[in-house]
Amino acid sequence: MDRVYEQDMVGDGIYSLQKVVEPRKKEDNSIIKYILTGISVLFLFVMLILPLAVVVINALQEGWSVYRENVLDEYTIKAFQLTVLATVTAVAVNTVFGIFASYLLSKFYFRGRQVLAALIDLPFSISPVIAGLIFILTFGNIGWLGEFLKAHQIKIVFAVPGVILATIFVTLPFVFRELFPVMSAQGKEEEEAAALMGAGGFTIFWKITFPHMKWSLLYGIIMCTARAMGEFGAVSVISGHLRGKTNTLSLHVEILYNEFHTTAAFAVSSVLVVLAVVILVVKNLVEWKKR
Amino acid sequence: MEQQIVKVKNKRGVRVIPGFGLSMGVTLAMLGCLVLIPLASLFVSSAKLGSQAFVEVVTTRQVVSGYMVSFSCAFLAALLNAVFGLILAWVLVRYEFPGKRLMDGMIELPFALPTAVAGISLTYLYSDQGWIGGLFAKAGIQIAYTRIGITIAMVFVGIPFVVRAVQPVLEKLDRQYEEAATMLGADRMYIFFRVILPELFPALLAGFGLAFARGIGEYGSVVFIAGNIPYKTQIAPLLIMMKLEQYKYAEATAIAVVLLILSFLLMLVINSIQIYTQRFHKG
Repeated sequence: MDRVYEQDMVGDGIYSLQKVVEPRKKEDNSIIKYILTGISVLFLFVMLILPLAVVVINALQEGWSVYRENVLDEYTIKAFQLTVLATVTAVAVNTVFGIFASYLLSKFYFRGRQVLAALIDLPFSISPVIAGLIFILTFGNIGWLGEFLKAHQIKIVFAVPGVILATIFVTLPFVFRELFPVMSAQGKEEEEAAALMGAGGFTIFWKITFPHMKWSLLYGIIMCTARAMGEFGAVSVISGHLRGKTNTLSLHVEILYNEFHTTAAFAVSSVLVVLAVVILVVKNLVEWKKR
Repeated sequence: MEQQIVKVKNKRGVRVIPGFGLSMGVTLAMLGCLVLIPLASLFVSSAKLGSQAFVEVVTTRQVVSGYMVSFSCAFLAALLNAVFGLILAWVLVRYEFPGKRLMDGMIELPFALPTAVAGISLTYLYSDQGWIGGLFAKAGIQIAYTRIGITIAMVFVGIPFVVRAVQPVLEKLDRQYEEAATMLGADRMYIFFRVILPELFPALLAGFGLAFARGIGEYGSVVFIAGNIPYKTQIAPLLIMMKLEQYKYAEATAIAVVLLILSFLLMLVINSIQIYTQRFHKG
């Protein structure tokens, strides 16, 4: 990239050469293009479109009124409320953590920086089932905090706080992951200049750092929402599947499916599908805006 | 004067930007409470089990076959994802066709779609009565409730990782090298394998690693299609789940610790290959 820039500055004609070559690219209607595009379209159709179609068709197979009944079921609504609660909390915690952690790792150099970055990424490579398990081992009856929590009548495992904690654990690196590369690329010269000119910490963050990262932050929040909303493995371990109490939408889908209420399972799934599609559309809008 | 500056740098680093203490404190506190302390209790609990009992648990036939199923299916799925992900990224970057933007926007669907939903939907699709499973059933191939089904579910969850790892690198790839190779008389295959692929390899490997790791840990989308036949289609995370349902916490912990260590070793190997090839490539 550097070289092209340099040559453009000098004006030695490399730019015009590129322009000469470019039209050839558009005529490149070779058979390979059609084969590869065909493979891609087929792959996406079979792997992504068909599963969505299955959900919608099965949800509606017994008609609208049954669908409405399934979606507006008391337990479905309660599960929906818990999903929203867990998602909002996870996103809030994530945002705070992501901003502080990426500010720390991109604006300061200190020993153990790499280690810290690796530790933040840990939840990515841990199976969600293990994520749920570690909270049982910490806060459950057999956990080392179990006795203390029991004495103070605080219930975390098989209760709402556990569901929220597991969701937070699984999604923790998301906002950081989006922010860190952008903030590193931005460098720290602007912040240093501002600090030397006497700006306070909050002013520096709000006037300099934040404007650079706001779209990435929004993007990270969207990805985090998607993951938090759909988290299944970790929540499944820790929730105890108490219907109407600790059931999220994903868990509700599982219960309905295992009880052979297939239509109801797909109806509840369709709600999640709609949410997923909305998230994807918003994500693409943000991406488009970011450019 | 110069020496003085160097001295200051060595002693404290140059930190003119405020907020180091605050952000360090918040980061460490949150990371510690939410990730590190809970994770530590996994290792503490497994230590309580005693080494002999630990080895006994993780070497039972059921557990070993669980690891085998998880790793073999995840490996195969990551391999398939590397191939299809590369094709998808290539098509999305290099070709123009109607519906391209829609296609690009769809890639993250497996990520946004809750895994339980993906699980029941894929199971329905690939079961003997399903649209695709029905076709294969006529040919005598069963997909759902076999390892093929597990692999397909893992391909589903892993595909965004490869595409999104390769795509930006391919976008930045300087076409001048290809043009130079063409002018020097290289054919398409040669250019792809000798000019383009080496440039993409680290990104492809990173995507492969992420898809592999996700496949090993994945629970929601796999558990429905797996059918959970002992010794055949029980994945390792499911075994942990089963032990938990029987309140055998110690055994669940042992299985989890080994799974965790195996996947870390795997990521270590992949990262080393990546660093090695990058260095090698840069000369």
